[in-house]
Amino acid sequence: MTVYTLCFLLFLVGLYGVLTSRNLIKIVISLTIMEFSVFLLLALMGYIQGGDAPILPLPSPDNQIIVDPLPQAMVLTAIVIALATNAMILTIAIRLYKKYGTFDIREIRDLKG
Amino acid sequence: MQGLSIIVKKVAQIMSALIFIYGAYIITHGHLTPGGGFAGGALVAGAFMLLILSFGARFLALKREKEGSSFIESLAVLLVLCLATGGLFVGSLTFFHNYLPLGQAGHLVSAGLIPLYNIFIGIEVAAALLSIFLVLIIYKEEISL
Amino acid sequence: MDASYLITLFVIVPLGGAFLIPTLGRLIPGLHRFLSSGLMLFLMVLAILLAFQRPEMQTYRIGGWEAVNNIPIAIYLVLDGLSLFLLLIINILGFLSSFYAISYIKRYTNPHLFYTLMCLMIAGMNGVVLAGDLFNLYVFLEISVISSYALVAYGVERSELEASFKYQVLGGLASILILLGISLIYWRTKTLNMADVALILKDSVPDIFLRFVQLLLIVGFSIKAALIPFHAWLPDAHSSAPSPISAMLSGVLIKAAGLYVIVRFLFNMFPLNEEIALLITVIGALSMIIGVILAIGQWDLKRLLAYHSISQMGYVVIGIGMGMLLLAREGNPLIAALAIGGGLYHMINHAVFKGLLFLNAGAIEYATGTRDLNLMGGLARRMPWTLGTSFSASMAISGLPPFNGFFSKLIIIIAAVQGGFYFLAVLAVAGSVITLASFMKFQRYAFFNDPGANPEAKEVPFPMLFSMISLAIMCLVLSLLIIPGIRETFLTPAVESLTQTIEYAIKIMAI
Repeated sequence: MTVYTLCFLLFLVGLYGVLTSRNLIKIVISLTIMEFSVFLLLALMGYIQGGDAPILPLPSPDNQIIVDPLPQAMVLTAIVIALATNAMILTIAIRLYKKYGTFDIREIRDLKG
Repeated sequence: MQGLSIIVKKVAQIMSALIFIYGAYIITHGHLTPGGGFAGGALVAGAFMLLILSFGARFLALKREKEGSSFIESLAVLLVLCLATGGLFVGSLTFFHNYLPLGQAGHLVSAGLIPLYNIFIGIEVAAALLSIFLVLIIYKEEISL
Repeated sequence: MDASYLITLFVIVPLGGAFLIPTLGRLIPGLHRFLSSGLMLFLMVLAILLAFQRPEMQTYRIGGWEAVNNIPIAIYLVLDGLSLFLLLIINILGFLSSFYAISYIKRYTNPHLFYTLMCLMIAGMNGVVLAGDLFNLYVFLEISVISSYALVAYGVERSELEASFKYQVLGGLASILILLGISLIYWRTKTLNMADVALILKDSVPDIFLRFVQLLLIVGFSIKAALIPFHAWLPDAHSSAPSPISAMLSGVLIKAAGLYVIVRFLFNMFPLNEEIALLITVIGALSMIIGVILAIGQWDLKRLLAYHSISQMGYVVIGIGMGMLLLAREGNPLIAALAIGGGLYHMINHAVFKGLLFLNAGAIEYATGTRDLNLMGGLARRMPWTLGTSFSASMAISGLPPFNGFFSKLIIIIAAVQGGFYFLAVLAVAGSVITLASFMKFQRYAFFNDPGANPEAKEVPFPMLFSMISLAIMCLVLSLLIIPGIRETFLTPAVESLTQTIEYAIKIMAI
């Protein structure tokens, strides 16, 4: 139970970062921390008591319990999606720096109303 | 952009060869050990990035490399789609069906189409990561010229 | 499974086209425009032919893996009435926007990228609408949304980059919440197939855990659908994007990636719940009223249209919310079907007339170079076709007969009155009147105000005119959708797949 509470704590740390950061890059890093906390939760969900790694042939033939492999496949795909999102948002961030001359989001307010 | 000193260049040459071979091992043994296309592709991209960072490159050479890597990425995805659509015409006539002969479990040449998918996805992921890296480096060179 | 492989073509064809354009486009110059328009035309014809055949629910198992011990293990692609309805919207608007973009994108720098990203966005949206299990829905959702991030920032000016950054942070937050919701559903039910989850959750009592999961998913998809109070990214993103992309985003993406998934989850996957239905109706009512009030004071043309998108989506959500409330309270199922039918009919009407309005705004910008209503004027004499199409779109969105907006708003108001929601009916009529005021302002300032304002404006080239006139004709033709014969073909299968809530799961597991 403590493991899941720590994952949720990581999620809250990332959320605090997104809401209160003033630097563009810090917002991106906080978003990444939030994503990774969800991946941790997803990978930990598949654990079964006394389970071994889900590879055939089984590591030890007298232990027939393996952990759930489906959340691990989901996390792999989600990591690649997070990579694409990060690449996209960082490219936009460095182009924004070139156009506005600053990383501070309080200065980047062309669109209002 | 500038290269680094000669010690870094020599060590990078040796290390990038080892990283490339290790990445290719992870890609091709994707149906026997954990890993597969994504993880192996990221390693192979890392080998190329190490060489570019330690040797430096002129601006035009970087642009040509980016064009080539973009082209290989699109080609690899098209090959994956072609292999998957081939399942519509051969065998049990469903999309993404595994229509090559399955061998024995645990051998390197087995499990039908899955090693081929791993190889093409590995090439695609490596080319995509290299393209992202080159785009960022080219932009930095452009704005500091 | 003889002809059901046609379902997979909706995903394979745009995905293949998106990667054919960079490879073949370097060898053959000028190929990219015709390849993308040709592929979209093929998809549009395929969608219309499938709609006229009125198939029963079709399931396609990718890879041919059959269910083992009644546990579905394959990736499912499911085509039922609601999916077909949305496929029509996506592909028709996709084709007309691609065709419009042939002459519009000449003003921007890199045309290869544009058509690649547009094909990827359409492939993603087709995948979301056809997905039969939760995780593939998430993957296709991310494909379409990441392509739209790049398309909003397409011409790299200051305001476009800022709008894209704001859109990405909020969209990324929404995606994280959606992934958290999906993983919590997996934790409870140990399966990812939507039909299987529906059958497992069918008789369960709604405890705190299920309420939390439903709330997470509603918040995540409401951010994607830009309902109040999660609308902060929409005015910037939709006004800064190039015009065919604004038409696609406002006309299709907020419906296929936002509203469709909310409807699918709350009707067919989770058991019906009165408090969640009340929450949805309140969100819809707030969107309807606050959208029009925020839109009155805008002088930027595309920002005005973007705020009106929020308000019209509020109408759709009100129709669906009223239907859900009546079904959850065991009220009259005929009034519930009327409300849901009105909501879905307004969805396709909004796609058509809002797409047409954004394409008109693009045509005005192409001819005069500005988006500010104060600087335009006197275009009635110089751009007659644009005047005609924008007049029909403005009449349609304000709800005047004989255009299609009148009939869908009438059905929603009649359903509200018959169901006993008198306050919602009054709000809907008030919103409609304020919308009329906004569009009278648009017409006057853009076309009739000051005859000497833009002397060098002339009519736009043929591809843009073709798309605008086709959409204007569709505004009139869609009014025919309430005639009983045509309604049975398109609208009734969509409504039935929602009102017979658990039949979706039973039919899929039985095949």
